[in-house]
Amino acid sequence: MAKYIGKRLIYMVITLALIATFTFFLMKVLPGSPVASADKLSPEQRAVVEARYGLNEPLPVQYFNYMFGLVQGDLGISINQFKGANVTDVILSRMGPSAQIGFQGMLLGTVLGILLGMIAALRQNTWVDYTSTFVAIVGISIPSFVFASLLQYWFGLKWGLFPVALWKDGFMSSVLPSIALAMFPLATAARFIRTEMIEVLGSDYITLAKAKGASGSEIAFKHAFRNALIPLITVLGPMAVSILTGSLVVEQIFAIPGIGEQFVKSIMVSDFSIIMGTTIFFSVFLIVIILLVDILYGVIDPRIRLSGGKS
Amino acid sequence: MTQKIDKIPELPAGSFERITLDSHQAERITKPSVSFWQDAWYRIRKNKGALFSLILFGLIVIMAFLGPIISPYEPNTQTITHANLPPKIPVIENLGILDGVGTLGGQEVDLYEMKNVEVNYWFGTDGLGRDMFSRVWKGTQVSLFIAFVAAAIDMLIGVIYGGISGYFGGRVDDFMQRIVEILTGIPNLVVVILFILIMDPGILAIIIALTITGWTGMSRVVRGQVLKYKSQEFVLAARTLGASDSRIIWKHLMPNVLGVIIINTMFTIPSAIFFEAFLSFIGLGLQAPDASLGTLINDGYSLIQFSPHILAFPAVLLSLIMIAFNLIGDGLRDALDPKMKD
Repeated sequence: MAKYIGKRLIYMVITLALIATFTFFLMKVLPGSPVASADKLSPEQRAVVEARYGLNEPLPVQYFNYMFGLVQGDLGISINQFKGANVTDVILSRMGPSAQIGFQGMLLGTVLGILLGMIAALRQNTWVDYTSTFVAIVGISIPSFVFASLLQYWFGLKWGLFPVALWKDGFMSSVLPSIALAMFPLATAARFIRTEMIEVLGSDYITLAKAKGASGSEIAFKHAFRNALIPLITVLGPMAVSILTGSLVVEQIFAIPGIGEQFVKSIMVSDFSIIMGTTIFFSVFLIVIILLVDILYGVIDPRIRLSGGKS
Repeated sequence: MTQKIDKIPELPAGSFERITLDSHQAERITKPSVSFWQDAWYRIRKNKGALFSLILFGLIVIMAFLGPIISPYEPNTQTITHANLPPKIPVIENLGILDGVGTLGGQEVDLYEMKNVEVNYWFGTDGLGRDMFSRVWKGTQVSLFIAFVAAAIDMLIGVIYGGISGYFGGRVDDFMQRIVEILTGIPNLVVVILFILIMDPGILAIIIALTITGWTGMSRVVRGQVLKYKSQEFVLAARTLGASDSRIIWKHLMPNVLGVIIINTMFTIPSAIFFEAFLSFIGLGLQAPDASLGTLINDGYSLIQFSPHILAFPAVLLSLIMIAFNLIGDGLRDALDPKMKD
């Protein structure tokens, strides 16, 4: 296990270094540097600006400084959007709303999905099962931005049940975005739990439990559900990815001052240091989550030997 | 409850016939032999959802090509006087839906009458007076094109890479797998956005961005399958008989791996369609006047309050395509996956 984690950590560092190197050179190649409108500046002003962004150093030194800054959590300075604000600060200041809707969406989606999947498995091949399968397919298929616009149009605009947009009414503002983000986890969890439950319900120890006279609910919850739940950890990674991807558009649609909305804005105004900073932040977030999920799975279910039986 | 039977009726001796079991016939194959693909097709046909999706998808593809042709308007022709018209379809308009009535200043009015428009726009028009019917189908065409090309490239690279890695094994495999492990570590979203940023926006940029790391999934699956099959007896037999590497790969391994390749591709296509629409929605996709379903949804979203139909048609179509593909993919997986065989 320790060997496996060590190996994964090394890969993680290589991957991140690769992404960081790539983003660094991308920033050098792309238009939109702080001195892009250099012809309007006098040589002295230009020198001041370059010194401020560290552009007067030779490229290898710049690269080293950049990588060194990254390790310390410094993602550079915003070029045009926030007039010289620190990118790390910008991201941190916007983490709250993103984390809230992301967490709520994940929680809502997995809980409802597990319920839906369980009911479907216990009532296999009835209309309940078919409805739940249909909901799951729809949830996986309909892109979050389509779903988010529908929610906004009907629940916000037409029926006025929730705020149409913005982040002004506390929890109420977070309801629609959370539901929009919850669709994919819901559908994934429902499909997954259904398959797992059906498999578990057919296994020998369930037959034994039945033979010993355990009640239906006891079998469903105490025996089948617990074992069906463990493999769900494997899809937590894809779920986190979907929440993050979805947050870009959902925050945009509901005008939520989160990281995703910030990211899309930065793309539109070509603030590359923010784009790259956020990209690296996203990468670290996802890579760490996926690593944690893999390790967690190995710890919880000892039958899984992650490195092919030699751990 | 049990009825007592007093007397068992006499059975006439003539109703039975004595047969002899012919031991020579014991191993005769009575049912016609079914090939792998016949079996798969049979399973697909039994799966109503998949069959329905297949037909639906076929219709969508036909319409994607036929739609812009049968529409009397060009997708990019702007008729400003006809801007923001709601959909109006003859015959159906009598049912009270799709009859050209829209809200203007809070009141329901027939916008066609008001604006003196004699013609019908089946899906309405957008803010620049472009015909939504031809735009939607043209957009479908573009979205499907991007998805299919991206999936084909993923498949090609993935199969070759995974095939080589799995077949030759050893150090080659080790080296190739290290590269894949690093590439798969990079989140898809990040790769796609970074590549879109360095290239000029357009169809080519999207396809390259989608395929740059998209093939790793396919290569892993193919490698796994090749590893599994190459150590089996039929490959050993072929090798003993002097078959060349390429013959073993194409004649013996490929037919076995083909099912997984198809299943994997069927799941790549909807994910490519999704990413294309996603990129267009956040402003990194196709640039005007080119339209895909994603850009149409993006355009429609900004007008959702006044002309919801501009969003509705591309959104419904995109969702239908995604649902259809997921159902076809599920059906194919059940049909082709040998593990599911009884």
